Amino acid sequence: MAILRYATLRFITMLLTLLVVSVLIFIIINLPPGDYLSNQLTELRATGQEAGIAKAEFMYHEYAMDRPLWEQYTIWMGFTPGPQGYSGMLQGDFGWSFEFDRPVSEIVGEALWLTVLVNVAAVLFVYLVALPLGVLAAAKAKTWVDYTSSFVGYLGLATPNFLLALMLFYYGHRYFDLPIGGLMAPELEGEPMSLEKVKSILVHLIVPTFVIGTAGAAGMMQRLRANLLDELGKPYVETARAKGLPPAKRLWKYPLRMAFNPFVADIGNLLPSLISGSVLVSVVLGLQTIGPALLTALKTQDQFLAGFILLFVALLTLVGTMISDVLLMLLDPRIRYGGRD
Amino acid sequence: MTILPDGRYVSDAPYDENEDLSAIERADLDMPNWKLVWRAFRKHRMALISGIFLLVGYLLLPFAGFIAPYTPNERNADYLYAPPQGIHLFHDGKFIGPYVYPTTAHADLVNYRWDYTTDKTNAMPLEFFCKGGEYTIIGLFTTNRHLVCAPAGATLFLFGSDRLGRDVFSRILYGAQLSMTVGLIGITVSFLLGITFGSIAGYFGGKIDWVIQRAIEILRSLPELPLWLALSAAVPASWGPVAVFFMISLILGALDWPGLARAVRSKFLALREEEYVKAAEVMGAKPVRVIRKHLLPNFLSHLIASATLSIPAMILGETALSFLGLGLRAPAVSWGVMLNDAQHLASIEIYPWTAIPMLPIIITVLAFSFFGDGLRDSLDPYKN
Repeated sequence: MAILRYATLRFITMLLTLLVVSVLIFIIINLPPGDYLSNQLTELRATGQEAGIAKAEFMYHEYAMDRPLWEQYTIWMGFTPGPQGYSGMLQGDFGWSFEFDRPVSEIVGEALWLTVLVNVAAVLFVYLVALPLGVLAAAKAKTWVDYTSSFVGYLGLATPNFLLALMLFYYGHRYFDLPIGGLMAPELEGEPMSLEKVKSILVHLIVPTFVIGTAGAAGMMQRLRANLLDELGKPYVETARAKGLPPAKRLWKYPLRMAFNPFVADIGNLLPSLISGSVLVSVVLGLQTIGPALLTALKTQDQFLAGFILLFVALLTLVGTMISDVLLMLLDPRIRYGGRD
Repeated sequence: MTILPDGRYVSDAPYDENEDLSAIERADLDMPNWKLVWRAFRKHRMALISGIFLLVGYLLLPFAGFIAPYTPNERNADYLYAPPQGIHLFHDGKFIGPYVYPTTAHADLVNYRWDYTTDKTNAMPLEFFCKGGEYTIIGLFTTNRHLVCAPAGATLFLFGSDRLGRDVFSRILYGAQLSMTVGLIGITVSFLLGITFGSIAGYFGGKIDWVIQRAIEILRSLPELPLWLALSAAVPASWGPVAVFFMISLILGALDWPGLARAVRSKFLALREEEYVKAAEVMGAKPVRVIRKHLLPNFLSHLIASATLSIPAMILGETALSFLGLGLRAPAVSWGVMLNDAQHLASIEIYPWTAIPMLPIIITVLAFSFFGDGLRDSLDPYKN
């Protein structure tokens, strides 16, 4: 039951964190002077378009932009009802995107799932690559295997994500006939899920996953190698060797398990950087995730769209971190957060 | 020196009973700390090379204008997207010193691109210490002397030219001035914030520690890039390049401090129980003095090493922001701004040299990583 209690507690902390984060995001969004509607109003007034002015003023009022900032926040979050039936995030009303002139939920719609998909794929990639390479590098420490893998790792950390994306796209298309741009074939966009669509998405996922995951995998690999090397130097490994345990078993039976802990705990550090990377890479590769929409929204001060996406990205990270914390507790019964009994 | 059958070396010198066997170790123990650090650091070959590279790089930064054959925004309308040129030494089997071949552009109207033909019969020697476009060194001296210039009638595009006919090589040198300092300013900000908050949290503990810790957790759990993007989008478009540059550095630093603050805090929690801290407090030292004189010097070197390791993230961050058009803006020149031009697959396919600015980014980031690793490993010379 301890685990259930811990999970509940962790969940509540996450909600509180999310609340603070939402305030933070709201402040950041409102940092630039002026807002989309006021700018539009000034422009419309200058050109004297009466119909446009009426619409913009209506919106200005409907989305409570004429209220003080803190009231705007509570209305946006949905703690208090807006003036004309605008109910806010908690009620599932994400607001209006002024730039695209459509509801936010319509714009982000499918992109949310694709964002989650891309990031889950990247996390899987990181673990699938880092685990064998890290173990190999530690087991064959100070040989060419080790040096090559750490050099590739360093290179992976040093290459800007977006450049790697461009290069891989170019060469991937040229030599392996991988598709260029997007997350699915253009004719399948907006279609309902089908086997063909799934296949198309999977093929399109290869390059983005690789690009987003490389830096994370490199870091993870180095940490696993360091941890495992620490473990391998301990006396119990020597004992196992003296007793004639075969090398492979000597590696995975105990040392690997011990070195595995930080591997799971690390997801808290890994996830923010992966999601950062996915936003950037999505913009470069034109993936239909929320990345490109975020960039447009930020550039045009489209505050509801930008606010929602930032909050969603934060939520994704926080949920991921929470899951890893609970998993860690399941994995290692010695870890108990909070007070002792 | 004799080699025993089992491969050991034995000195032939007669055995001296009075010799002080610990003399060598004694010298080691009496050595000043920096010498020991230097000796350990020297053994990290990569770190040493990287350190020298960075040192030379930063020393040369102010003189970028002198080394560069062109000024950063000098347009050569006749040479758009010119490919990289080589510098040759031998013409017709004779040594005539460094020279280039002149090139001429033709518009290829079928494929819609520029083609260049090289006139290989005409060797045009380069000029040295010649007059070119005007530039200023550290904002103090204005001069138009360049280390090397193209001879009249020819060009010197070592890394080719971009879509406005600007020399990529010169722009990389100028770009280094911003791209390599953005990390330094950012890390200074992050360092100050990290030490301040970390030491307050660690030294005083209690409620204030709780608040700072929650703030650290929240900041660490958020993806950096979207926040960077949002904050840089808030920088007014009307600001000049220098103001934008400082603002971007501040933004990069302002989100980086939590990691450092956490390290400082945990050290402080351990160190504040030490007797010398208690002694200082009993003698009436104020918290600021205890922190600055007694606690910080203990692990400042470690902090510097870890700060070195987070500079790459800032350089990459600036590059990413500028690349997306939310960081530095033209006419400022940074590596990210330059790569903004290489955003499209077409430019990489047809004009691959516009992506050359990625090389200095990768090299600098690698150098900082190796240097930081070496520094971290060698800073504690007493550890076995």
